[in-house]
Amino acid sequence: MAEVLVYVDHVDGAVRKPTLELLTLARRIGEPVAVALGAGADATAAVLAEHGAVKVLTADAPEFTEYLVVPKVDALQAAYEAVSPAAVLVPSSAEGKEIAARLAVRIGSGIITDAIDLEAGDEGPVATQSAFAASFTTKSRVSKGTPVITVKPNSAPVEAAPAAGAVEALAVTFGALATGTKVTARTPRESTGRPELTEAAIVVSGGRGVNGAENFGIIEALADSLGAAVGASRAAVDAGWYPHTNQVGQTGKSVSPQLYIASGISGAIQHRAGMQTSKTIVAINKDAEAPIFDLVDYGVVGDLFAVVPQLTDEIKARKG
Amino acid sequence: MSLRIVVCVKYVPDATGDRQFTEDLTVNRDDVDGLLSELDEYAVEQALQIADEADDAEITVLTVGPEDAKDALRKALSMGADKAIHVEDDDLHGTDVMGTSLVLAKAIEKAGYDLVITGMASTDGTMGVLPAILAERLGVPQVTLLSEVKVEDGTVTGRRDGDTASEQLEASLPALVSVTDQSGEARYPSFKGIMAAKKKPVESWDLSDLDLESDEVGLEGSWTAVDSAAQRPARTAGTIVKDEGEGGKQLAEFLAGQKFI
Ligand SMILES: Cc1cc2nc3c(=O)[nH]c(=O)nc-3n(C[C@H](O)[C@H](O)[C@H](O)COP(=O)(O)OP(=O)(O)OC[C@H]3O[C@@H](n4cnc5c(N)ncnc54)[C@H](O)[C@@H]3O)c2cc1C
Ligand SMILES: Cc1cc2nc3c(=O)[nH]c(=O)nc-3n(C[C@H](O)[C@H](O)[C@H](O)COP(=O)(O)OP(=O)(O)OC[C@H]3O[C@@H](n4cnc5c(N)ncnc54)[C@H](O)[C@@H]3O)c2cc1C
Repeated sequence: MAEVLVYVDHVDGAVRKPTLELLTLARRIGEPVAVALGAGADATAAVLAEHGAVKVLTADAPEFTEYLVVPKVDALQAAYEAVSPAAVLVPSSAEGKEIAARLAVRIGSGIITDAIDLEAGDEGPVATQSAFAASFTTKSRVSKGTPVITVKPNSAPVEAAPAAGAVEALAVTFGALATGTKVTARTPRESTGRPELTEAAIVVSGGRGVNGAENFGIIEALADSLGAAVGASRAAVDAGWYPHTNQVGQTGKSVSPQLYIASGISGAIQHRAGMQTSKTIVAINKDAEAPIFDLVDYGVVGDLFAVVPQLTDEIKARKG
Repeated sequence: MSLRIVVCVKYVPDATGDRQFTEDLTVNRDDVDGLLSELDEYAVEQALQIADEADDAEITVLTVGPEDAKDALRKALSMGADKAIHVEDDDLHGTDVMGTSLVLAKAIEKAGYDLVITGMASTDGTMGVLPAILAERLGVPQVTLLSEVKVEDGTVTGRRDGDTASEQLEASLPALVSVTDQSGEARYPSFKGIMAAKKKPVESWDLSDLDLESDEVGLEGSWTAVDSAAQRPARTAGTIVKDEGEGGKQLAEFLAGQKFI
């Protein structure tokens, strides 16, 4: 069976959920060979094997952290040359997309980004994409070269499918471009203890209606009662009420959870672009005419300062 | 010595309009107003600020697109860019990101540059990969997704706010930079700027000017193929209740019914 390269997104050996989803999709089109780079790469093997990786190619070098993106492209290219895969799958993070894109140029292949589904087709893998703020669904293929496809988080179930997952060291030689962009400092984000926004099954978001940084506490309390991630509209972020890393939308994170709860968010097209593929959508807004209500499965027209705390209390009561 | 900045700008269908695909599954550009992609305004703004700090700089705005794409160039010129290049050719219809980046790379090399600036993503294709591809093609450092950028003594520095960390980046010119919408509000063109823009040069290049063959671009030359595009069915109308004191509890009931609680 054809091999499919899967680029592993991990933090010091802890594999992030979108990579496990990629393994599910990769198995539909071939045998997954995972590529894990950087510190802790070896430690990823067990979980990757459990989810279907027949092989795990690993490499670590200071270049991966000291320079931007290109060293990882050199490594993925080395894996590509070693394996001659039928396709290359990469998670659709900002960095993942850049790595995939540069690889595609180097190997003379087309690229599809932000696929939300993937299936085998007569002429290679067929990717489903969501276009124009999710108002269209398209099906596309790469028609030249080896398909390079980036996939959005929450696009496939995580499934156990134990495989060998033998670890092999990947030999990488860095090219002249690898050291072009130096990372001179890095400040890691502090963990909030809440689920990662793009991976969360439930997202609770607040917008301009929340009316102040201090009021985001009620949004967080609701999120915590549901074990959810917290999101924000750009209006709330621009006002300085919540960090930009939590922004949902076209220029923020794109989320696709089982449940999305929007409070005090009007539903502008740029916000919708980042959440419209959520399975169930709920909104609380005092304006019955707000466009967000066109999207909802359940909407409450009312003051969020009354509705949200009551909802949180009720959830806590029901959960006991 | 003069700092030559090329800003790549895209002409896109207005996101608030009713965007559609045509029969050949390319974007319908006839029925929706087009404009300069809002995210590219941030690129033009940063170019203007970098030019202000430099002893001597020249800003060229570059677009690949149909006849109407001149509007995007005019907007950038009225913001303060010095001159414009429009790459236009009937054979470009339906070009994908590999083709577009090829054309842009050829045009940038022909124009001459020390610094290329792009937006973070277009508001139509929203791939967000063109900047990285362009850097690869040009063989220059990519300094992408910056929320802060500075150019001094032949070095570009910037801050990239990523998922897991915020990084400080540094590269030597020539380089390619992309900026996010966190980099600073874009200025509005002044009346004077709009008048001045009318006199600024706009060059038109076609594929032969760039030594490109028609089969390297367009739908035919595309590295990807779109098989179908279907409008998502409108969501079935949800339940909407007015809060009369029990709104939170009613919502909890709904969530419980859906097994979220
Ligand atoms: C290029 C570009 C990119 C963009 N990218 C993004 C993006 O990534 N994400 C994003 O979100 N936006 C983005 N925007 C901005 C977008 O256009 C909107 O301005 C933004 O989404 C509005 O945020 P909001 O809904 O919180 O605020 P508003 O539109 O002001 O809506 C606030 C809502 O809160 C309601 N409200 C007020 N008080 C209460 C209360 N007490 N109880 C209940 N409801 C209340 C109001 O009725 C109103 O509907 C982008 C814009 C551009 C031009
Ligand atoms: C809905 C949709 C889906 C698509 N999917 C794919 C796909 O999966 N694979 C594929 O290969 N192509 C795809 N395309 C085509 C692709 O979007 C275009 O080829 C486009 O020119 C490059 O991608 P982008 O606009 O998304 O660029 P992005 O990478 O999002 O744009 C980043 C920056 O590049 C610059 N830029 C982009 N285009 C131009 C231009 N024409 N002129 C000047 N500067 C420009 C701008 O500075 C912009 O801010 C798609 C197009 C649409 C409308």
